[in-house]
Amino acid sequence: MPARDKPALRLSPGAGSAILSELFADSPRDAGWTGFVLAQVAPARPLLWIQERMAILEGGRVHAAGLGPLAAELIHVEARDAKAALWAMEEGLRCPALGGVIGELWGDPQALDFTATRRLAVAAEKSGVACWLVRLQGSANLSGARERWRLGSAPSETHSFDPKAPGSPRWDAELFRSRRRLPGRWVVGREPPNLLPVAAEPGDRALGQWQRRTG
Amino acid sequence: MNRRICSLWLPNLAIERWANGSDAPDEALARPVVLTLEGRHGQLIHAVTPAAAERGARPGGRLTDARALDPGLEAEQADVAGEEAWLRAAARWASRWSPLVEVDGAHALRLDVSGVAHLFGDEKGLMRDMEARFAAMGVTARAAIAPTAGAAWGLARYAAEPRPVHDEELARVLAPLPIAALRLSAVANHMLVRLGLKQVGDLAGVPRKALARRFPKDEHPLDALDRALGRKPEPLTPLPEDPPPRALLPIKEPVVHPEAAAQALARLVPPLARELATRKLGARHLVLTAFRVDGSLGEVQVATSIPTRAPDHLHRLLSGMLERQGIDPGFGIDAFALEVRWWEKLDSAQDALLGEATGETAVAALIDRLSVRLGPSKVRRPVRVDSHVPERAAGWGAGVDTDPSPPAVAAPPADQPTRLLDAPEEVAVIYATPEGLPRRFVWRRKVHDIARAQGPRRISPEWWRERSTARLRDYYKVEDSEGRRFWIFREGVVGDGRGGAPLWFVHGLFA
Repeated sequence: MPARDKPALRLSPGAGSAILSELFADSPRDAGWTGFVLAQVAPARPLLWIQERMAILEGGRVHAAGLGPLAAELIHVEARDAKAALWAMEEGLRCPALGGVIGELWGDPQALDFTATRRLAVAAEKSGVACWLVRLQGSANLSGARERWRLGSAPSETHSFDPKAPGSPRWDAELFRSRRRLPGRWVVGREPPNLLPVAAEPGDRALGQWQRRTG
Repeated sequence: MNRRICSLWLPNLAIERWANGSDAPDEALARPVVLTLEGRHGQLIHAVTPAAAERGARPGGRLTDARALDPGLEAEQADVAGEEAWLRAAARWASRWSPLVEVDGAHALRLDVSGVAHLFGDEKGLMRDMEARFAAMGVTARAAIAPTAGAAWGLARYAAEPRPVHDEELARVLAPLPIAALRLSAVANHMLVRLGLKQVGDLAGVPRKALARRFPKDEHPLDALDRALGRKPEPLTPLPEDPPPRALLPIKEPVVHPEAAAQALARLVPPLARELATRKLGARHLVLTAFRVDGSLGEVQVATSIPTRAPDHLHRLLSGMLERQGIDPGFGIDAFALEVRWWEKLDSAQDALLGEATGETAVAALIDRLSVRLGPSKVRRPVRVDSHVPERAAGWGAGVDTDPSPPAVAAPPADQPTRLLDAPEEVAVIYATPEGLPRRFVWRRKVHDIARAQGPRRISPEWWRERSTARLRDYYKVEDSEGRRFWIFREGVVGDGRGGAPLWFVHGLFA
């Protein structure tokens, strides 16, 4: 598909995304998705971040010092299992004062069926709070999420001062189901204040070309 | 019972409070300063410094008269409300000596020290302790201990050397004191002096009727003398302690039904919320107690993150906690009590016009609900800790005890990972030279080839906390060939004499 036929993608923090988005991380050892999600969370409002115990063991605990200004308003919940995590997410979605709810679940728990995701989706739209259901090591089964993403890290941009250092991060984002826009696959970078596709489809291209495009 | 009352007089409270508020109290007291009040006919002098007293200024006089004697007087506004507040606070503080403390007039405290003195040596030691502790605050104090409040009051003010006085010598000690020691009004004192009764002892032979015509009923000098000598009672009214807000529900027949607690709760929360509203308080920590017939207690406790008195919110929290823990009725429960253990001031506030909770209140209520269901240790907010070691600097505090004034801690360095592993995980590395950066590392059985790296950022161990063998850490931000970004560190350097070859660890993941 040529680049000009790509569907447009513009993601900005807190802009009308009060829906349930499901996000599948490429691997639990890859925290790239956190940057992608945090760039879309409304700033200066409390952020409820729920991690299942297993997600903490596998993918690490949220580190407030790395979240920048969002850390001041962070509420972190450590849930015993998926059931408790889903309950806490739903409880959070009933509070319209929140800027966003992020819930991390490990694998394909029993509690997470179509009904549970549908409840989350309805609650998110009713209260106008963006909800991200993050699935580590999960499979894309039946779900009531309005948007479903698959996300991995992509090689970062060139660092302006140090060519050997990792620069500003980029992600390989695939939207494989959505009601609002055309699905597609993009390499997304952070262009304050928006997230923008910075390159076309990462396909069979060598890494060197990326760096040339941005350099 | 032999009562012992201590009167604690702070003669120069006003001027000393003013001097302690300035930068150099001693220099301030050496200046000719008078504190003045708005009187009906101009400024009245409230208190004077010693230097001003030498120049003729007297408390109670007019400022203009004192200025006529010495035009160099400096006048400052007196702060009577501040003195009263200070004295009330001092009365609370004086409960270190006795549980019964009372503010006694403008510049004095009254304490019931019956059976207290042995804790401070003896009564002399107690008086010395009081005077020393007030002196440490920069306030002069004179204490006197006597069997009655009236006698202690007079001795503290008019005795040359106040000392503990006992019943048998009371009349003898009071006799040489001036008549003002009886604590009558200025008019009555003046009248008695005109009658030639200048000392307390002069009243001894005077018939009661002769004085009754000249003084109002509650100003009778002989009554005052009787009170001072202990022939008439003079009770103390200690400072009232605010009782904790509480609602009680006694039950006629002991209940054994497990649902009884939930039903009792529904009847206890509204009156408690009303009491909180009238006292303008908000609850932070509530306890529902069930009194069983066999004398044991069952308890359920909840905490809230901001002071609240919303009945539906409190009811929801407590019923959630009841569902989780439950109260075993045992042989039956015959009373329930809902008590607030920790409360804070909460004035009426309006969130929104239509009464739906917004912002802070809603988030606090959410934190409370989550904490009740999942446990307060699982719902947390980040707290900054002053430390360079990342896992120590990333502190967490329970959401329900949010600190309104967090400690000022330096901002963490930029470019930190968004995830931190609870414990750094050791990785196997392959490197060209042991000092440098590895080429690849194996973490959880997966090989990562390092494509780019930034670092090192060296963090030394905190030698005042850790063992002497703790090694420094060199942190690198690395990106593997697939674009995943890690925070890895080498613990120690080659040849630092603290162990063998340095090990590598993964500590965090970047976005």
